[in-house]
Amino acid sequence: MTMRIYVSRDAGAVAVGADEIAAALEQAATKRGKTIEIIRTGSRGLYWLEPMIEVATPKGRVAFGPMTEADVASVFDAMAADGPHALRLGIADEIPWLKRQTRLTFARCGVIDPRSVEDYRAHDGYKGLERALTLGSDGILADVTTSGLRGRGGAGFPTGIKWKTVAQASADRKFIVCNADEGDSGTFADRMIMEGDPFVVIEGMTIAGVAVGASKGYIYIRSEYPHAVEAMNAAISAARRAGYLGNGICGSAHSFDLEVRVGAGAYVCGEETSLLESLEGRRGIVRAKPPLPAHKGLFGKPTVINNVLSFAAIPFILAGGAKAYADFGMGRSRGTMPIQLAGNIKFGGLFEVAFGITLGELIDDIGGGTFTGRPVRAVQVGGPLGAYFPRALFDTPFDYESFAGRDGLIGHGGIVVFDDSVDMSKQARFAMEFCAVESCGKCTPCRIGSTRGVETIDKIRSGECVTENIAVIEDLCNTMKFGSLCALGGFTPYPVMSALKHFREDFGPAPTRLQAAE
Amino acid sequence: MTAVYEPWDAERGGEIIAEHSHLEGATLVILHALQEAFGYVPEPAIPMVASALNLSRAEIHGVFTFYHDFRHQPAGKHVLKLCRAEACQAAGGDALAARAEAKLGIAIGNTTADERVTFEPIYCLGLCATAPSAMLDGRMVGRLDEARIDALIAEAQR
Repeated sequence: MTMRIYVSRDAGAVAVGADEIAAALEQAATKRGKTIEIIRTGSRGLYWLEPMIEVATPKGRVAFGPMTEADVASVFDAMAADGPHALRLGIADEIPWLKRQTRLTFARCGVIDPRSVEDYRAHDGYKGLERALTLGSDGILADVTTSGLRGRGGAGFPTGIKWKTVAQASADRKFIVCNADEGDSGTFADRMIMEGDPFVVIEGMTIAGVAVGASKGYIYIRSEYPHAVEAMNAAISAARRAGYLGNGICGSAHSFDLEVRVGAGAYVCGEETSLLESLEGRRGIVRAKPPLPAHKGLFGKPTVINNVLSFAAIPFILAGGAKAYADFGMGRSRGTMPIQLAGNIKFGGLFEVAFGITLGELIDDIGGGTFTGRPVRAVQVGGPLGAYFPRALFDTPFDYESFAGRDGLIGHGGIVVFDDSVDMSKQARFAMEFCAVESCGKCTPCRIGSTRGVETIDKIRSGECVTENIAVIEDLCNTMKFGSLCALGGFTPYPVMSALKHFREDFGPAPTRLQAAE
Repeated sequence: MTAVYEPWDAERGGEIIAEHSHLEGATLVILHALQEAFGYVPEPAIPMVASALNLSRAEIHGVFTFYHDFRHQPAGKHVLKLCRAEACQAAGGDALAARAEAKLGIAIGNTTADERVTFEPIYCLGLCATAPSAMLDGRMVGRLDEARIDALIAEAQR
């Protein structure tokens, strides 16, 4: 009997040896005269267990990990005999870290073969598009609005309103653009879904095309993600062959096709207007808004531009799940968020859960604290432009408004954990330095402010006029926050000011003497 | 695996440009294709791209110089990119960067004198749950520690 084994092809798994494990499994099978079928899936997102492999059994898929090449022979025998092994993790779906998640967007990631339309369909794929084609534009827009979905790139703008604006615009051409320029450190959900379930992104974009009357879409993927580029291109070709892209999709009157474009290492191109400039073949210089991309976007035409995760949430919503989606969450943050636990964390990976879970639960309970075993001192939520939170703010619920209420942001859902060896003035300096390097240069607060910020923090770090220079930083951050054209200059103050506010002791001598004298 | 690049040849460059110039907003696509073939974007190619797309030379030069990815000259035989972003910093990336700089005898962002290794920072490979991470000639490597970075450097120097 052929043994069916699943090995991840996700870049995160490959980076820790998944390809070598797959090759060693083939060798072990040959040596034992057994036939096996290896299916390369995406990752389940339990990265501390990668490379994790699974074997199909009558009871379900049994997982083993983290694998090393030395373990392959004994694991192979344990799989063949359905026997015990130190690395045996039990039925994959029953692993508590996975079981306690609410996987709506990531339901198939790590489960299916990302190259196979048939496998996607066998796991409820394309049900959303099929229903969308019967609903028509108004029905689709109603469902997206009902779901309460907000832009998962970080800005949190209601997706239904954005789509409706484009649907109502009249033009000879309209475009759907997927922002896959996932540049935030600590985030990898876009990469994972593109590598592990690319058809869900294609389906979401196709539904958007039907809803607004666009026949062409672009996926702008950063060049640092070669595996995702390859996976998306393969999936687009497969979808085309199966009649899900091209002229008359699924035998309907709608035509829709997709093209992948690759970025070139500019962080600012994650900003939507800069991304559109880059897609048009220009420098990634931010555009002033208005006009909004919904009115004048790519090549001056009405454009839906959404993050990968926003599009990936759509198929579930359109498959009759709009109300179910909206039933998850808290306040104005409806549905689930694929949260990414990263940095110095024991159990790092992708945790999709309804909005409302607290930061503390995520870090201590789910993440298990640091992998160095030292106390957690700071966590940065929302990428390089997100605030650093101390333990005192760990009761903050994960939702757009709660984080904003504490001068932070959830951004794209990445959380980077730091232990007590972190120097927070160094992190604040890095935020300014990163902004200086990546600034597109169009507006002065970002272009010049970030450079002056680095210089001023250097003065503080060397003990030069600390109190005065901290006042300069505060003033500078205020100017950048309110005077910058986009989120790069506008949000760089978040990590800087939060570091200063919550970890003041790291910025030269604190002015306790002055306060005592007052 | 080391990439093998062709030496610059204007005729070949023209073919590559012509292959993509029908695309809307083709500039980045063409620059990527040129770099993939030659290992960098040779200066003589810039006016050729401009002419094919009916844009000014300044416009193409502006695009070429805006993006970090495009090389003005060939890189070393091997390219080691180490992630220097926050998640990797939190996982001990700073010390690894310093170690690699000492071993290679160059500051990050440079190429060794024997032109064997180009050592560059990269800001996030999306491997943040298996940090610190790096990429050697396009191959991803996660969970770096001293032994693993030493092995990568030794491989690059071979």
